[in-house]
Amino acid sequence: MECQECHQRPATVHLTQVVNGQKSEIHVCEKCAKENGYMNYGEENFTLNDLLSGLFHSEGPSPLKGNTPHSYAQKPKLKCENCNLTYEEFARVGKFGCAECYKTFDDRLDPILRRVHSGNTRHDGKLPKREGGNLHLKREIEEHKTNLRQLIEQEEFEEAAKVRDKIRSLEDQLSKGEDGDG
Amino acid sequence: MSLQHFMNEAISPWMKQEGPDSDIVLSSRIRLARNFSQHPFPIIASEETLGHVLTFFKEEFQKQSFRDYKDFELVQMKDLQPIEKRVLVEKHLISPHLAEKAEKSASLISQNEQVSIMINEEDHIRIQLYFPGFQLDQALEQASQLDDWLEEKIDYAFDEKRGYLTACPTNVGTGMRASVMMHLPALSLTNQINRMTPAINQLGLVVRGIYGEGSEALGNIFQISNQITLGKSEEDIVEDLHSVVKQLIDQERKAREALMSRSSIQLEDRIFRSFGVLTNSRIIESKEAAQCLSDLRLGIDLGFIDHIPRTILNELMVLTQPGFLQQYAKDTLSPDERDIRRASLIRERLQLENEE
Repeated sequence: MECQECHQRPATVHLTQVVNGQKSEIHVCEKCAKENGYMNYGEENFTLNDLLSGLFHSEGPSPLKGNTPHSYAQKPKLKCENCNLTYEEFARVGKFGCAECYKTFDDRLDPILRRVHSGNTRHDGKLPKREGGNLHLKREIEEHKTNLRQLIEQEEFEEAAKVRDKIRSLEDQLSKGEDGDG
Repeated sequence: MSLQHFMNEAISPWMKQEGPDSDIVLSSRIRLARNFSQHPFPIIASEETLGHVLTFFKEEFQKQSFRDYKDFELVQMKDLQPIEKRVLVEKHLISPHLAEKAEKSASLISQNEQVSIMINEEDHIRIQLYFPGFQLDQALEQASQLDDWLEEKIDYAFDEKRGYLTACPTNVGTGMRASVMMHLPALSLTNQINRMTPAINQLGLVVRGIYGEGSEALGNIFQISNQITLGKSEEDIVEDLHSVVKQLIDQERKAREALMSRSSIQLEDRIFRSFGVLTNSRIIESKEAAQCLSDLRLGIDLGFIDHIPRTILNELMVLTQPGFLQQYAKDTLSPDERDIRRASLIRERLQLENEE
């Protein structure tokens, strides 16, 4: 059946309209249905957020599991103390309310982040200069430690001792820095 | 006052320079999403908090300069007419999302329009930096330094495990979106781009139209950007994008050569027909204009047309958008009026090239 409006595309939308008791049938294609207002699609685009919030919901308690009423009651609602955003709201909107939310919802984030970022859950990029002061040190220490393990495996103990000393001095620096920050 | 300067010129000063591979790559962009650690994100923050953020930027950065990015001008959304906002969106100086927000949102724009820092968009801060042509590495380096400059005065929301914290989990980690705007007429004409898109997607990159998410590839202009922001360093992300763009450039050049050797006369015909439409039409829709401009640009790149500068595509693509047409007309126009206006504007602009 062809679309009765454009007579080009096949009719894929079939409607029965009753106006003042007069019944009529409409057969149109999706495009004409939209243009003539036969169908209301609401938000035009299915946004990334819709998809995301779909993902988040699957993380919440499933109604199929543990469907005794008190199993819900035992679990207090997860809510960010800083901005008052609940996990349910986060799941619905797909956006965090503040930096603290990341800590509050931390336990539930890994599966979500893994899906969005191809399996990744940890940052491996830039560290802020000022804010990340200690982090720069920590990352450097981590790198030296990996290096140290390799050296020990390769039985290069002389070199390993040097790296070990380097790690110690960096760790000293780190603990001083942390004291300084209070 | 300075707002006028952002409004009048269709193409930003930086766009007038030709960058590397500029026969195919129109521009490279780095965007960094950042937030203040102490304030709730804009989506949930009170007007008062957003006001603090805005005032902070006004006091600390208005009229400041950083290297080549001089005299930052704070443009507040509440001071703009709808047409003016549209013009800034068409110039990519603000996002459509920012334009929709009225109070307490702004964009801090450098005089050369290479940098725009959007304030109180989805995140408190969105740093955008453009380079002409294919210059992703330079863009990343400069954006990162600009980021350090801001960080001197701002405590960023950052977490050792998750990186830069953003309102949307799709941006967390580096907070970086690197993108490249490419003109791919030969790959579109031969339908190869549609076959390449799924492979590109598998590499964690996205192919979109010119005005971002969900938009059509108007005038065969495609935007390629990274999807993943977490678990990879900024440099690695840029390198991955770089290598894919490099391949697309090679493929596009090959496709152009193949078209030239196999159907040169058909191609020449198509280009001159489009040129004819542009120089003679009295009514033209934006879609047709974009397609004809793409053909014209290809004709310039292939040497069929030599009296018109390459930047004509960039310029007329922006100039013939609804916002700009109305800005020029100093009036709101109906779609029909716009099509007439667009046709005459293109004719006049091309006439100008003939006279020179």
